Amino acid sequence: MSRLITRRRFLIGSTLTASALGLSGCDALVENPSVQQALRMAEGLTMRSQRLLIGDNTLAREFTLADISPTFRANGTSMPDGAQYQALLAQKFSQWQLEIGGLVERPTKLSLAALKAMPARTQITRHDCVEGWSAIGQWSGVPLGTVLDRVGLKPEARYIVFHCADEYEKSLDGSGWYYESIDLVDAFHPQTILAHSMNGHDLEVPHGAPLRLRVERQLGYKQAKYLMRIEAVADLSGIYGGNGGFWEDRGYEWYAGI
Amino acid sequence: MDASSKPAATRRMLIRRHSLPVRLSHWLNVLCMTVLLISGLQIFNAHPSLYWGQYGADNDPSIIAMEAVEDGDAVKGLTRIGSMTFNTTGVLGVSNVDGEPAARGFPAWATLPSYQDLAAGRRWHFFFAWLFVVNGLINLAYGIFARHFRRDLLPTRHELMPAHLGHEIAEHARLRFPKGEAARHYNALQKLTYLLVIFILLPLMIATGLTMSPGFNAAAPWLLDVFGGRQSARTLHFITATALVLFVVVHVAMVLASGFFNNMRSMITGRYAIRVETPMEPKQ
Repeated sequence: MSRLITRRRFLIGSTLTASALGLSGCDALVENPSVQQALRMAEGLTMRSQRLLIGDNTLAREFTLADISPTFRANGTSMPDGAQYQALLAQKFSQWQLEIGGLVERPTKLSLAALKAMPARTQITRHDCVEGWSAIGQWSGVPLGTVLDRVGLKPEARYIVFHCADEYEKSLDGSGWYYESIDLVDAFHPQTILAHSMNGHDLEVPHGAPLRLRVERQLGYKQAKYLMRIEAVADLSGIYGGNGGFWEDRGYEWYAGI
Repeated sequence: MDASSKPAATRRMLIRRHSLPVRLSHWLNVLCMTVLLISGLQIFNAHPSLYWGQYGADNDPSIIAMEAVEDGDAVKGLTRIGSMTFNTTGVLGVSNVDGEPAARGFPAWATLPSYQDLAAGRRWHFFFAWLFVVNGLINLAYGIFARHFRRDLLPTRHELMPAHLGHEIAEHARLRFPKGEAARHYNALQKLTYLLVIFILLPLMIATGLTMSPGFNAAAPWLLDVFGGRQSARTLHFITATALVLFVVVHVAMVLASGFFNNMRSMITGRYAIRVETPMEPKQ
């Protein structure tokens, strides 16, 4: 009997201790670098298994005109305040050019008119924010694969990096500029487009005028807005925080398929 | 002599109740479901509104929402379910963070981490989702091949009779639990509840979770049709999680009411004590 009471006391005691440690204990675990490292293994597992299941060219679901959200929520920057962007906007982007460089055979600059003259793909897709909400919109633009074929990727190119005109987090060292990256599987996916139109009109400023990326099998933060420059690279480590994107440098997954 | 005329002598004996694979997967599941719940509430807090259909954001009608509204000098936390609104200040919608009222869906004590950090919540959620799925698959394989589901969880035809079920419900409501030989096995209510959790609720959590993944949508677009869209799946994920929380509350209450120490021992060491009648003298 005494053994039983001792055990019972032990159980009660340890339960109380655990709940007293409770929150602070959990938060300490969350901030522990080795724990963070271990948790990151799940991202690789998710990416490999999703890529295996999906197949490289399987399309994201496309919807009909009737399914479009009445209001498409604009997220992130809604008006880049840099002088360069403001000047381009004042001239309705007639002087804007998309610069394509890095590990490419023929570095190129494309005007908005040149991009609009290229064969376009139109798709009605769902945009999923990492926060949980979704909106459906219609996008038209040039398949990224067409542009990449035109400039010719060098064999060592592995990732395509998108540099944007919005400084989402003001900082002295310039680490707050928005950027994103995808690998070649997504870059050459038929639905990956450089969209210049949304719901039948020119892209509006809150949605990324004059050009934004659409990568339809990933979350909203991959859909970089206000594109200025596209860069082909062999690895992502030398760019900003080295994790391949603005939000990736702030703890979010590079593979945003879930 | 009539055996029932005098109270039968009983003897306490330990039986093997839970096999090692069942015990391991049970406790691993406790860990996984706890982390999945509190990291899930962290993720929910990033946008504490639920919708029905393919899309849903701020300007679309929500079916469940938690929000903070100004009320004079103070802030009020409101929870809306359909057309009903409840003042949930202090718990849902608005709760204290470092002594100050802050706008957040679920309070700091219910989320992992306690402060707002969606990226961290997602990392914990997806890591433990993998562990949960692997654990579930092992448990499923064991349950089928070791005939655990058939032997221990499948109710007999007799147990499913309305009269029998009615009797069990009445006994449970009075907190009277099976004794002696009857305590060797799960009763029908236990069997049905565990089957519901293992084969309906937990798979529904995984399926609705995967339906929120834009990548998995490309692999299995039919899931969007099954649940009526990504936002419906998100709502069903939340409702199913609520059902699982209710199950755990009742499950733990029953563990306490039907002999905490004996139940804990059986799920830790596998041994469960029952009282059986002492063997009768051999008949002449």
